[in-house]
Amino acid sequence: MTRRTYLVVDAAVLLLALVSVALAHTDLHGFNAAAALAIAATKAALIAIFFMELKLAGPVPRVVAAASVFWLAILVVGTMDDVLTRAWLPIPGK
Amino acid sequence: MTTLNADIAERETAELGMWVFLATEVMLFGGLFTAYTVYRAIYPVGFAEGSRLLDLTLGTVNTVVLIVSSGTMALAVSAARLGQRRLVRVVLVATALLGLVFLAIKALEYQHHLAEGLVPGLAWHYSAARANEVQLFMLAYFAMTGLHAIHLTIAVGLVLFATWFRTRLEILALYWHFVDVIWIFLLPLLYLFGLQA
Repeated sequence: MTRRTYLVVDAAVLLLALVSVALAHTDLHGFNAAAALAIAATKAALIAIFFMELKLAGPVPRVVAAASVFWLAILVVGTMDDVLTRAWLPIPGK
Repeated sequence: MTTLNADIAERETAELGMWVFLATEVMLFGGLFTAYTVYRAIYPVGFAEGSRLLDLTLGTVNTVVLIVSSGTMALAVSAARLGQRRLVRVVLVATALLGLVFLAIKALEYQHHLAEGLVPGLAWHYSAARANEVQLFMLAYFAMTGLHAIHLTIAVGLVLFATWFRTRLEILALYWHFVDVIWIFLLPLLYLFGLQA
């Protein structure tokens, strides 16, 4: 990848970081956390694709990278479905 | 031709090894991210209160420092491929310095927390209504930023090593960018989340 690409990607990630901080000062009516995480995920994707060169990598490193995100999702979702639904049923002795 | 193919195969194997290691790192940090998410779901108000106690200015400056350092690291890899040894050395030193600036600012933040009595177990003098919930937030904060700072310290050491000895810069760059990505998620989770909650 050319240096111009690196410069553009770095500037884009930097800009997104500042947008994220600015948005945190604005009331998005309950969507602040979602917006901040979406921006963070976009920045992470830009870094993974261009700086960590997933764009040029073969299928195996790509699968490993995607699998790590998938396992993380299992960890978080599998934990939170318990935490968030535990109070739903009035089970005695809980 | 055979030698060239062997070299490419070796490089691809090394890169795959680093990717697999980074996947285990995602799990390591993932455990902390999950613990944070659980307690934030249970104590949303206390966690927002804790988040507002952090210094957003220093957090933002550190974010900029790390993102710029990823840029200089990418430049080092491109310079190495073009055989520009002098430039490689210059941008690697710049990358390491940016990493050290980040760690210095982080140390300054820790010092502020210590002075303000916001360090659980060491100097805890916070006594608002939700002090216990805020203490859980600060525990999560120190665990996550501390583990990240340890990773960055190792990364700075490796970059300084690569300045003087020939190593596979692509592998080192993968690790450096990963440390940057972790911080990119710590910024919204720890610093930004409390402002509107």
